[in-house]
Amino acid sequence: MTLLLDLALVAWLLALALHIARVRDDRNAIVAFIGFGLLLGLGWTRLASLDVALTEAAIGGGVTGVLLLRAEAHLRPGKASGASVSHGGKTLAAIACAMVAAGLALAVLAFPSPAPTLAPAAATALPSTGLGNPVTAVLLAYRALDTLLEKVVLILALIGVWSLAPDHLWGGAPSLRPDVVPEPLAYLAQTLPPFGVLIAVYMFWVGADAPGGTFQGGTVLAAMWLLVMLARLRPAPETRRRSVRLVLIGGPTLFLAIGFLGFAMAGGFLAYPESIAKPLIVGIEAALTLSIAATLGLLVAGPAQTAPGR
Amino acid sequence: MTPLAAAPAHVATPGGFLLVLAVMLPVVAVLAMLALGPRQTARIALTTLATGLGVAIAIVVELLRTGAALTYVVGGWQPPLGLALRADGLSVAMLAMTALVVAAIGFFAHAQHGLEPTTRHGRAPTTFWILLMAVWSALNAIFVGEDLFNLYVALELLTFAAVPLVCLDGRAETVAAALRYLMFALLGSLLYLLGTALLYGSFGTLDIGLLSEASAEGPGFSVALALMIAGLLAKAALFPLHLWLPPAHAGAPAAASAVLSALVIKAPFFLILRLILDVAPPQAAAYAGQVLAILGAASILFCSVMALKQARLKLMIAYSTVAQIGYLFIVFPLAAGSETLPPWGTIAWTGGALQLVSHALAKAAMFLAAGVIAEAFGHDRISDLGGFGRALPISAAAFGLAGLSLMGIPPSGGFVAKCLLLTAAVIGGHPWLAATILAGGLLAGGYVFRVVDRALATPAIPLAPRKPIPRRLELAALVLALAAVLLGLVPLQPFGFLQLGRPDSLTVIAP
Repeated sequence: MTLLLDLALVAWLLALALHIARVRDDRNAIVAFIGFGLLLGLGWTRLASLDVALTEAAIGGGVTGVLLLRAEAHLRPGKASGASVSHGGKTLAAIACAMVAAGLALAVLAFPSPAPTLAPAAATALPSTGLGNPVTAVLLAYRALDTLLEKVVLILALIGVWSLAPDHLWGGAPSLRPDVVPEPLAYLAQTLPPFGVLIAVYMFWVGADAPGGTFQGGTVLAAMWLLVMLARLRPAPETRRRSVRLVLIGGPTLFLAIGFLGFAMAGGFLAYPESIAKPLIVGIEAALTLSIAATLGLLVAGPAQTAPGR
Repeated sequence: MTPLAAAPAHVATPGGFLLVLAVMLPVVAVLAMLALGPRQTARIALTTLATGLGVAIAIVVELLRTGAALTYVVGGWQPPLGLALRADGLSVAMLAMTALVVAAIGFFAHAQHGLEPTTRHGRAPTTFWILLMAVWSALNAIFVGEDLFNLYVALELLTFAAVPLVCLDGRAETVAAALRYLMFALLGSLLYLLGTALLYGSFGTLDIGLLSEASAEGPGFSVALALMIAGLLAKAALFPLHLWLPPAHAGAPAAASAVLSALVIKAPFFLILRLILDVAPPQAAAYAGQVLAILGAASILFCSVMALKQARLKLMIAYSTVAQIGYLFIVFPLAAGSETLPPWGTIAWTGGALQLVSHALAKAAMFLAAGVIAEAFGHDRISDLGGFGRALPISAAAFGLAGLSLMGIPPSGGFVAKCLLLTAAVIGGHPWLAATILAGGLLAGGYVFRVVDRALATPAIPLAPRKPIPRRLELAALVLALAAVLLGLVPLQPFGFLQLGRPDSLTVIAP
């Protein structure tokens, strides 16, 4: 029975991927892509990787989809009809993709069995972090440097987006400007956020011991914020505002500060003293969740479109 | 626990924390710039430049003092579970070169921003400083990274800092160039990440040291390495994947062009070097080296000719970058080493490293000089620059000195580099590589002399700058060009510094 389900899932994923590659209408393709992200999340749950599944659904399907939809909406008015990739270009891309896929298949089929894994080592070291979820331990302890740098990458992406604003608008507020706010959207934006915030807080909190964590929680928070901005209940903030910037950098700054304190307290950069490792990690995660939510929300909101007020 | 964990793969050295500082100081600057706002940004940048230069010097001193690589195990978590940072002679040379070039570019940018007091705290200058700091952190992380996934994160940081540099001035054509750069760079990242995932699936570790000990073979390994190297080639802009580079590097503001052409391009090359030297099995490495050398030679010839044909100065310099990057890739078959001689003991290894450093210095100098020229005359059409040497003697001198290094004329770092590579090619029986090196030198002479000829011309109406150019704006290019020339004093033999911290290096001679 489960085999049948898995086969159906794989067939569905393949069909959807083909549909996305072939469909002519961009918006249609993006909507299918969002669906693809959700299905892929389902696939990850079948592989017992709940953390990956949650992230795929939130980032792969959710945030990426919204970004693509907004880009498509911006491009639509000036789009020249029929100015898409040439036939030769598509063939070339298809051949390159097929070659990479064949190489991947070759490599994956040649994996040693049982596959070498660090999972036992990650579990063995878990007690000294005070955490229960090995994925969180990898992200915040064993490979904290990767996570810290990733957060900086996220901020850099936002700096890049902001730099696209014209000089006189730089520092001003972005605008999500829907032409009309449909009734259901306004209703959703008024009723959904309390639940969304609750789910986000739960995801972040439970991440220490079970699947969940900062990125997933932050994404849900960002989605709630975007909903409020899209329904025009609250305007997007000016990007030069001190408070906005402090929330943005709060997570990475706390992370870095505790990392440096590790020199004094635990004998090294990004080392935690064993007795207070868990509270430190949860504290970092809390600040990171807020920072991620702000970064993702502002990434979707885009560059400033109104001049900064005096 | 795995048996690997029993014997630690990396032992932290006392000076290892300096590597953390090298990577993290610029990040602190980025966060501080966002917190304190545009008015403090330049001040924070200049402070960080000075401090970072100090850290780089401290790392050099520590390496020379101990004669062994600096190592740091982050958070005390041993690889393969955790990750390590490590700097051997080559890494330290890269760190020091980067610090010097970044500081000079920062000095130039500060002087240039000072020319327009009204926009000094505006969008472009503020964003430039943030991006410069992020590029610096990413480069340092790449030069000291020992873990392939950690290196992926560093590559991503580099990409997201480098792409907005291209379109800082906001013109539509530069935004298009930036977008094309982003496409190539993201494709490269994706392929690299795929390869990394495959390696983890096969070996359960991403630590370069542990991977090289595993001395693995098999189809999966080859596929993973091929994917990673192909991805990195797209980022390094080797022929025929160079199409994005000329418009991106030529369209960026001068200081940004210098960062991109002198430094950013070197990071993917450095990673390819590490993959081939430290991860790939000898047979695969030899094969990959052959392919890379052919592409490198094609880069040298094709893009040198393209550089000759350019009407605009900055486009010419950008094409010259692709050509000069080609020299780095022909090092692989030349530095193959042998049973008794490891690759890092060969003269080609020293030549390649010198080419890397001298090109970074010379190319940054050239782009900064071109920036002064564009600032003074409002354009960079080579044919209309007759007599610019009279108006801007310092910049013309800097351009000429940097040109010496690109052509490979003594005394210059480029001369020593190309001389070593040529000798290695002749001794090693690679006549066509030797011919390519010579032809590349001649072509470089052609495009450099086109500009030098304009500088020395005496037109009927002397060329006058449209605004006064302060001396300090011209200084940075001259310092970098002089540094490139001074590199020529390195003796023509395998250089001991570059072998420090390498396994079974021969007699380690502190220079």
